[in-house]
Amino acid sequence: MSNGIITGVGSPGRTIDAVRAGLDRRYRAERRFRLYGLSAIVLGLLFVTILFVTIIGNGYPAFQQTYVKLDIDFDPESLGIGDQRSTAALSGANYQALVRDALKLRFPEVTGRSDRRALNALISSGASHQLRDAVLDDPTIIGTRRSVWVPADDDVDQLVKGHMDRTADAGDRRLKDNQLVWLDQLQADGAIEMRFNTTFFTAGDSREPELAGIRGALMGSVFTLIGTLVLSFPIGVATAVYLEEFAPRNRWTDLIEVNINNLAAVPSIVFGLLGLAVFINFFGLPRSAPLVGGLVLTLMTLPTIIIASRASLKSVPPSIRDAALGVGASRVQTVTHHVLPLAMPGMLTGAIIGMAQALGESAPLLMIGMVAFIVDVPGSFTDPSTVLPVQIYLWADSPERGFVERTSAAIMVLLGFLILMNALAVLLRKRFERRW
Amino acid sequence: MQTSVLILVLAALTVLGFYLGRRRSVAVASGPTGVAQLHSLPSYYGYLTAIWCGVPAVLVFGFWMVFQDDIITHLVKADLSAETVADPGQLGLALNDIKNLVRGNITSRAADPAMIAAADHYQQLQTISRFALTVVIMAMAIGGIALSWNRISPALRARNQVETVVMVFLILCSTIAIFTTLGIVLSVLFESILFFRIVPVTDFLFGLEWSPQMAIREDQVGSTGAFGAVPLFAGTLLISGIAMLVAVPIGLMSALYLSEYASRSFRSAAKPVLEILAGVPTVVYGFFAALVVAPQVRGIGEAIGLSVSSESALAAGLVMGIMIIPFVSSLSDDVINAVPQAMRDGSYAMGATRSETIRRVIFPAALPGIVGGVLLAVSRAIGETMIVVMAAGLSSNLTANPLEAVTTVTVQIVTLLVGDQEFDSPKTLAAFALGLVLFVVTLTLNVIALHVVRKYREQYE
Repeated sequence: MSNGIITGVGSPGRTIDAVRAGLDRRYRAERRFRLYGLSAIVLGLLFVTILFVTIIGNGYPAFQQTYVKLDIDFDPESLGIGDQRSTAALSGANYQALVRDALKLRFPEVTGRSDRRALNALISSGASHQLRDAVLDDPTIIGTRRSVWVPADDDVDQLVKGHMDRTADAGDRRLKDNQLVWLDQLQADGAIEMRFNTTFFTAGDSREPELAGIRGALMGSVFTLIGTLVLSFPIGVATAVYLEEFAPRNRWTDLIEVNINNLAAVPSIVFGLLGLAVFINFFGLPRSAPLVGGLVLTLMTLPTIIIASRASLKSVPPSIRDAALGVGASRVQTVTHHVLPLAMPGMLTGAIIGMAQALGESAPLLMIGMVAFIVDVPGSFTDPSTVLPVQIYLWADSPERGFVERTSAAIMVLLGFLILMNALAVLLRKRFERRW
Repeated sequence: MQTSVLILVLAALTVLGFYLGRRRSVAVASGPTGVAQLHSLPSYYGYLTAIWCGVPAVLVFGFWMVFQDDIITHLVKADLSAETVADPGQLGLALNDIKNLVRGNITSRAADPAMIAAADHYQQLQTISRFALTVVIMAMAIGGIALSWNRISPALRARNQVETVVMVFLILCSTIAIFTTLGIVLSVLFESILFFRIVPVTDFLFGLEWSPQMAIREDQVGSTGAFGAVPLFAGTLLISGIAMLVAVPIGLMSALYLSEYASRSFRSAAKPVLEILAGVPTVVYGFFAALVVAPQVRGIGEAIGLSVSSESALAAGLVMGIMIIPFVSSLSDDVINAVPQAMRDGSYAMGATRSETIRRVIFPAALPGIVGGVLLAVSRAIGETMIVVMAAGLSSNLTANPLEAVTTVTVQIVTLLVGDQEFDSPKTLAAFALGLVLFVVTLTLNVIALHVVRKYREQYE
């Protein structure tokens, strides 16, 4: 544009011509620039879509699990318990034999050790636990014959869900030709069914995808988050109140403020190093415990909560304080009776956002040993446990196709909780936000 | 008494203390009509009594919990034979066995009589300790109530005392931020100094080879333990660089479009959707990178005849870039909106088109702020852990080729520290040295960025 103006000085007719001559090019540049901007947005939105579509596309089949119907003969001889009916004898009995017998009965033509083994491999090893629980629940079923739906092995599950290529070379397939034939026979009998996968929500971790669940990790997350909330909310609010309402402006409070701002930007893994060196190595707290996880995440989320709480306190108009002080309230009374209740919704919003951040965090927890393979569902703050994001990390490393699906499903659960928490924060803000 | 029961009883006593204190204050003021004679409101006498009941007891409880284990272990050590105590490795093993025996777990070897005796002693001491703790805590709580009860009189300045306690609590809380920073610096620095005693600082900072596996046996091949961190720094920079190449153009352009071109309704719809990217946990990005992006990148590379590693820096960098987009865009959005409207109007009045205004007026004016934002984003990228742990390589590789696998500082910290550690091996300590570098670099970037952003803000206010 500058060219046109410079050459046109002194002759008004030519200036406008020069501007017009350049207009086309300038408008093209304008359209191009606008297109770049639009495509940047579209790209960003595309990434969001791809991310969610892949996760949901991979994850939704995990909420279904294949079950096989077997006619189980609860024969005390096969169980190896004879006439004993004590709980100890029942829980130690050989339930694997019942599954094997039932399969033998269903496929009498299958003989030979390796074929038998291939046949037994179709049923999950969790089937025997299920039978044991059924017998312990009601010992009178011993000696009877019942149809029981037992979970199928993860390879069968993947086949039924259509994730395995039947036409592939037998060597590349996890299920061999004879296994496919047996499965087709079972399917023709209506003895294969897809059901809602309750195991996924009730079980702890397992090496077998069909038996693995997120309950242990979920409980670990719950304990860790409770620890984080109980510590970080009071401390964060107290810090914010002190800095905003009481602190004199001096070097000391400046130092505190600089520290808080810097901590907000320290990489989370450094907090893990701190937790490892101080809480575990120095204070000797137990490894892998939600207690230590809560402590580390407290330090990590404190800056978020402090900054949000201070903003919330700042938005309470000074006239409220002046009025309270004017009728004779002390400074502490002014804050606890008037300022804090008004600032509380904003503080809670900040706390929820901080908790959402803590729920998704995994790097510092790797440092303090919350990555162990833990089957039991934790029941207290000192039980070894893991958390949901770390469980996702652990499953993502497992090669089985069944775990890919479960990883995605666990991500869906995690994202669900995060969306819920953020929605709650937005709701809280909308409902209680006050303009003065 | 069980610890949790003890805490519950203590809480109940504290509440009881509140009611007793309040009642007492009304009583000494000779009934509800005389309350006006009291220095403070009756509830302040209640709070004061509750503080006297709860606070000392909780403090003692905390100290007891911290030191109980050490003291018991020390006492049990006396039972063990002299040669076991002399050797730290043996001692640790024996103590572990005793603890496992007490808890009924599996021990590392068959328990001998001396061990069982020691375990019995340990258990006995534990019982004594627990019993003593209960007695002490109860005595302190009840004693606190009694003491406070006796002190209550109309002249007692209960409100002032309670408020002093509240202020002390507030001040203590606000110092936690300082202690955290101090804790980080000290813990990282302390272990790093131990590390630099074994490996010289110059070798660490300028060495070109990184293979932290130390030889367990003298004659082991290939595990000499080289701690030259340059390949890690290079790998971190490569991945962060790719991430910035993705994030800065997309983030900046979308911020410019949203603030200068987009209609209000489009902006209010697109902005939150973009910000979803900031709320997604990093482990999800890691999974996405390892499972979706890396195989795609590899497939595309092979289709055009390039050999691409399955853990290529490109895949990790791309996904990290996606993660940082909202970070760059929201920071840029803030600074672009801070450019005074008068500057835009002036430019339009001269006949400039929108894109000319953006490129020649708004962008230069907002540049310092944008640079600050980008620096913050870089520090974010350098410290990012889960994406690279899941999608980048583990072995060090000094290369600038984005199609090869490289490893980063954070990946090495995680691989060195996950699992069992001994705090005397350079392998474990190296992780803390890397942590120190990471902390110093991100801190420097943050300080510069915050400084730049603040300077810029002052310019237009």
